[in-house]
Amino acid sequence: MASDTSKRSSYFLITPMALIFAVFLVIPLLTIVVVSFWDYDEYRILPDFILENYSYLLSSSVTWSIYLNTLKYAALTWFFTLVIGFTVAYFLAFHVRSLTWQIVFFMLCTIPFWTSNIIRMISWIPFLGRNGLLNSALINLGIVDQPLEFLLFSDFAVVLADVHLYALFMVVPIFNSMMRIDRSLVEAARDAGASGFETLKSVIVPLSKPGIAIGSIFVITVVMGDFITVRLMSGGQSASVGLQISNEIGLLQYPAAAASAVVLLITVLLIVTALLRLVDIRKEL
Amino acid sequence: MTIEKKVSTKNLETETGVSRRGFVKGAAAVTGAAIGSGAITGFPTIWAQNIKDVTLRQFGTGVSNINAVADKVKEDLGFTLQMTALDSDAVAQRAVTQPNSFDIADIEYWICKKVFPAGTMQPMDTTKLANYKHISKLFIDGKLTPDSEIAQGTAPHTVGFVEGADSTTFASAPTQWMTLIPTIYNADTLGIRPDLIDREITSWADLLDPAFKGKASILNIPSIGIMDAAMVCEAMGEVTYGDKGNMTKDEIDKTIAVMIDAKKAGQFRAFWKSFDESVNLMASGEVVIQSMWSPAVAAVRSKGIACKYQPLKEGYRAWGGGIGLAKHLSGLELEAAYEYIDWYLSGWVGAYLNRQGYYSAAPATAKKFMSDDEWGFWMEGKAAEGDILSPDGKVMEKAGAVRDGGSYEERMGSVACWNSVMDENKHMVRKWNEFIAA
Repeated sequence: MASDTSKRSSYFLITPMALIFAVFLVIPLLTIVVVSFWDYDEYRILPDFILENYSYLLSSSVTWSIYLNTLKYAALTWFFTLVIGFTVAYFLAFHVRSLTWQIVFFMLCTIPFWTSNIIRMISWIPFLGRNGLLNSALINLGIVDQPLEFLLFSDFAVVLADVHLYALFMVVPIFNSMMRIDRSLVEAARDAGASGFETLKSVIVPLSKPGIAIGSIFVITVVMGDFITVRLMSGGQSASVGLQISNEIGLLQYPAAAASAVVLLITVLLIVTALLRLVDIRKEL
Repeated sequence: MTIEKKVSTKNLETETGVSRRGFVKGAAAVTGAAIGSGAITGFPTIWAQNIKDVTLRQFGTGVSNINAVADKVKEDLGFTLQMTALDSDAVAQRAVTQPNSFDIADIEYWICKKVFPAGTMQPMDTTKLANYKHISKLFIDGKLTPDSEIAQGTAPHTVGFVEGADSTTFASAPTQWMTLIPTIYNADTLGIRPDLIDREITSWADLLDPAFKGKASILNIPSIGIMDAAMVCEAMGEVTYGDKGNMTKDEIDKTIAVMIDAKKAGQFRAFWKSFDESVNLMASGEVVIQSMWSPAVAAVRSKGIACKYQPLKEGYRAWGGGIGLAKHLSGLELEAAYEYIDWYLSGWVGAYLNRQGYYSAAPATAKKFMSDDEWGFWMEGKAAEGDILSPDGKVMEKAGAVRDGGSYEERMGSVACWNSVMDENKHMVRKWNEFIAA
């Protein structure tokens, strides 16, 4: 009887959350899945059950090249944000001794994030352009005699902007993990004769893994779904999965867009699952 | 005389019942005066009082959503016009999927071909439009002059009329029911930076000239971009087309193959999707030759940077837009919308658009609102006698300048193709995506 009541009250307690998830996550997702089997023409979507959206998507060479491209951006961005994020977090956690200064430096890291994503991205364009600040500076210094064309409207520009935009997503969780490392473990390692690098490798990195995993999930999911950075920084010359979906929506091809979205969702879920297999992030939560 | 009119007011009052009684009573004196001046149209006079409370929501592409027009509507007609500017894709999307979010749709004719059959708009009764007779023949039967040839693509007159008031089937000849009242149109070509190019540009094929490697651009709106690509391929002699506005799968594949080769060879610096992007690419010198829209050329020039809207021997790619009514409009709002549309054709807006480098759909009415010099420069291809000012008073061209491409007849008379939507649209979009992803 008592367990019955407690069961009922816990059901009652989870109801609001369950409702929110149902209305804002499950139902929209199901709608997307359903629509992905519909047919369409120039201006209408037609309820139907066809597999054409998927068969075209999965058999088209465009899809494969777009996925390859998106994964390339995701991998490069992940790598650079990880290196930068880990370094910054390590500096904050282990080299800055006082809590006050840790907070001050941490705030400094977040200042660029007070402006909008788009503005931070667009400000690269005049900087990197053919007649931009960087090229003019390089030419005036006599380092190059022709402007460097690869700086803007290229993969370089896309990855640069992505790294700039998302590095903080890596810094924060890794910093959080590092702050939880018991300092006596580091001392013990030193007492046992470990060098700085050995301590880093055998103590700090393993204990920061949950933070690294969370940061990686943030960065990878955001980059996999991104379309605006790719469009602006590649000058519309490169495609990503997100951009493909946005184009399809723009052309009223909702079923095709829904099918692309479902495939992207599955891909990202697989990546996240793999990451969770490697690291138990529950410890962190 | 006066007595008679007062009687007619009384009749009106009893006929139309309670809803208007309060108003008539409250404004009896005003009504009396108004009736005195125009008793025959007693009905609209009363509406003209209420019309001040009407707000019409118009949305469309940036080109014709001009705040000055909304201000002038308020001044001339008394009601409020709210404008929302979106890109072409978003316009088509909204017209179909959110039919109650707008009262007046400002869309292009090729979008109309996609959108009108969806049934979210209603055709206009041309007999209610006093200025209908001034609309350029181009929009009625497709011929600018009786002996001009009809260009390929979605020529406006082919989607300009439907068969009846409730029909969504396009009529093959002019009827009483018009889908869109043409507002704004132009002939597009390539824009170039003459200061950075040291030879004559004469053909669409020059876009893919290896001399401009890494300095060319094309617009990335599939249905328009494919036309520019087709103009280029045809000029190069790489592909021959039956109808560039309605290509076969094979023609699409060949066109895209040429573009992919060019892209892989590094011909393009970027692709643009919005007006501002095209201006920035050109002004910053990232690009020296690209597909461009006329006011974008003007925008680059207004920064003091040389930019030419280069006429090409193969002719222009033309586009046209118009305003149409939402299906849900009725009663007073519908009357206001008709008044607005008729006013649009009456000349003030036409002159405004002409001064921006577009063309008015009713040139005869626009002429009355322009000076002889302005008319000569914009419409007749004559050298400007004084400085030519933009509608907001900035100097656009110095005295002596001649418009790129010449007169109205020269430009609109050498249209090779209209923007269009093809039967093989789905295939085309997929191939276009291949091009972008290549």
